[in-house]
Amino acid sequence: MSAVTVRNLTLAYGKKPILREVSLSVEKGEFFVIIGPNGAGKTSLLKAIAGFNKSADTRVEIFGRPIAAYSRLQLAQIMAMVPQQIPADFPFAVADTVLMGRTPHLGLLGVEQEHDFMVARQAMEFTEVIHLADRRLDQVSGGERQRVFIARAICQQSRIILLDEPTTALDPAHQLKIMDLMERFRKERGTTLIMISHDLNLAAMYGDRLLLIKDGMIEKIGAPADVLTHEQLTSSYGCTLLVDENPVIARPRVTMVPEKCKRSQADGKIIDTM
Amino acid sequence: MNGFTSIYKKLIIVSAILGLLLVCSFVLGISIGSSGGAGEALKILLGKGEPESMLSVIIWKIRFPRVILAATVGAVLSLGGLVFQSLLRNPLAEPYILGISGGSAVGAICGMLCGLPLFPWVTSIAFCGSMLTLALVLGLTAGRAGLRKDSLLLGGVMMNAFCGAIIMFLISLSQSSQVHHILFWLMGDLSMTEAGTLPLLITVIPCFIIIFILARPMNLLLTGTENAASLGVNVRLISMVLLVVTSLMVSLVVCLSGLIGFVGLTIPHIFRLILGPDHRLLVPACILGGSSYLIICDLLARSLPVEGEMPVGIITAMVGAPLFVFLLWRVKR
Repeated sequence: MSAVTVRNLTLAYGKKPILREVSLSVEKGEFFVIIGPNGAGKTSLLKAIAGFNKSADTRVEIFGRPIAAYSRLQLAQIMAMVPQQIPADFPFAVADTVLMGRTPHLGLLGVEQEHDFMVARQAMEFTEVIHLADRRLDQVSGGERQRVFIARAICQQSRIILLDEPTTALDPAHQLKIMDLMERFRKERGTTLIMISHDLNLAAMYGDRLLLIKDGMIEKIGAPADVLTHEQLTSSYGCTLLVDENPVIARPRVTMVPEKCKRSQADGKIIDTM
Repeated sequence: MNGFTSIYKKLIIVSAILGLLLVCSFVLGISIGSSGGAGEALKILLGKGEPESMLSVIIWKIRFPRVILAATVGAVLSLGGLVFQSLLRNPLAEPYILGISGGSAVGAICGMLCGLPLFPWVTSIAFCGSMLTLALVLGLTAGRAGLRKDSLLLGGVMMNAFCGAIIMFLISLSQSSQVHHILFWLMGDLSMTEAGTLPLLITVIPCFIIIFILARPMNLLLTGTENAASLGVNVRLISMVLLVVTSLMVSLVVCLSGLIGFVGLTIPHIFRLILGPDHRLLVPACILGGSSYLIICDLLARSLPVEGEMPVGIITAMVGAPLFVFLLWRVKR
């Protein structure tokens, strides 16, 4: 049984189509990365999987059951989300934010027990934010904030984690740190990860399978080497993207080609097709 | 390790301190007044005075119900402000500013001018009025991108002005001898106690309990609706319940005490400064602190004037309006 199955999902916002006949399935324990140009429908797809779109609830199945058959609480027990943005006036401390991940496991009055504190503490240690526990969330750096939200997702102890561009606006060191964290967590717990990324090289290095989506339609789905090809990327993104092999890992490496280098094409230095 | 203290501990400390404050203001509110010394009044309170004396009658028949009413009204308005601020994620939201009190007042005046009994008719019409204004304000300002902060306030201010106009219109048309009384009531008045403090308490206490149970979801709503949903909160259901329950208790309070503004702004913000953003503490704090606050305000309203008394709404507005301006200034920065 797959962790997530999407069957023939078509969504529209007013009259504007967002997703057209999207079908996919993500296996348990898989690292699945959604890529595609801006406005392709990546976030809409992720939100549909998260159950935020009522009209998608019968088309998306989590562990073989349609989302419509779950209550919001049951869904939160098996699926966590790391948001792309948080409200600017987020008033809670880091420890309280992480502890919110325990919500789906608490009783009616929502009172945490010692066990919940322990889980939250472990999650904060895992993502190395425990020293920030008492700080307010709007007083920590962007990379730390992302790690706090990953700690919250871990604290939720769900079997699926959805991530919406968790590495955007982070420097390379923090990008790697977050991706390595997710990868390690997946190995240890067998959690299924579904992530949106704009960074094709990160997607290539960490993803088991990639989904390339454009204009709401699936362009290509498969292993990084099958999706990240020069022809495919150049046609989907509408700009020249060169692909060779990553020197440290047997995965594709994508290189952007700036305008000024295209001109030297006449000299025969750059191999370009469009 | 740092960061975690059981919520029970904090809850007990907060309730104990604010409970004590409430008892103190309660005793003050009962023992101070135009007739009789405070010492004598204290004796009566402790059961040592003469049971049939004039002062005893004043205390048990007039001051006691009035203080209870002030406490309930204060608690309801504070809690109402707290709920609206977190639900609409707007620090300036409050039943009075959003026009919900005004809507209830229009309903209540219609009922009063028709000579209907307070329970259940006047209160029911007031409740309908409050729900209608709430729906209008939210409907007008809900765009595709959700609720916009400024337009929400503008909508509320306009609603308030409109309701005020309707109220004055109705009063001008009527020949009723009640006009003076209604005008006084409009500005917030706690002297109308004989009618129904008990039915008010009976309806309001379950509302308090429901809101307290929903305190944790309210915390999560503060972090954004999708965030809350991904943590298992049924956002639509919980928002609906909170809006209806809050409007219900606010409209009841308006029927009994008129338009007392800014309490829902003052009290929640003071406690947020002291206690932080956790609603599991803020809800009981607003109930206990709000009741103490209004008892004291009412005490000032009836003891400051040399003769007679002034509407308590004057005192709360004098404290609350500058605070509103300050908050607005801070939000804009």
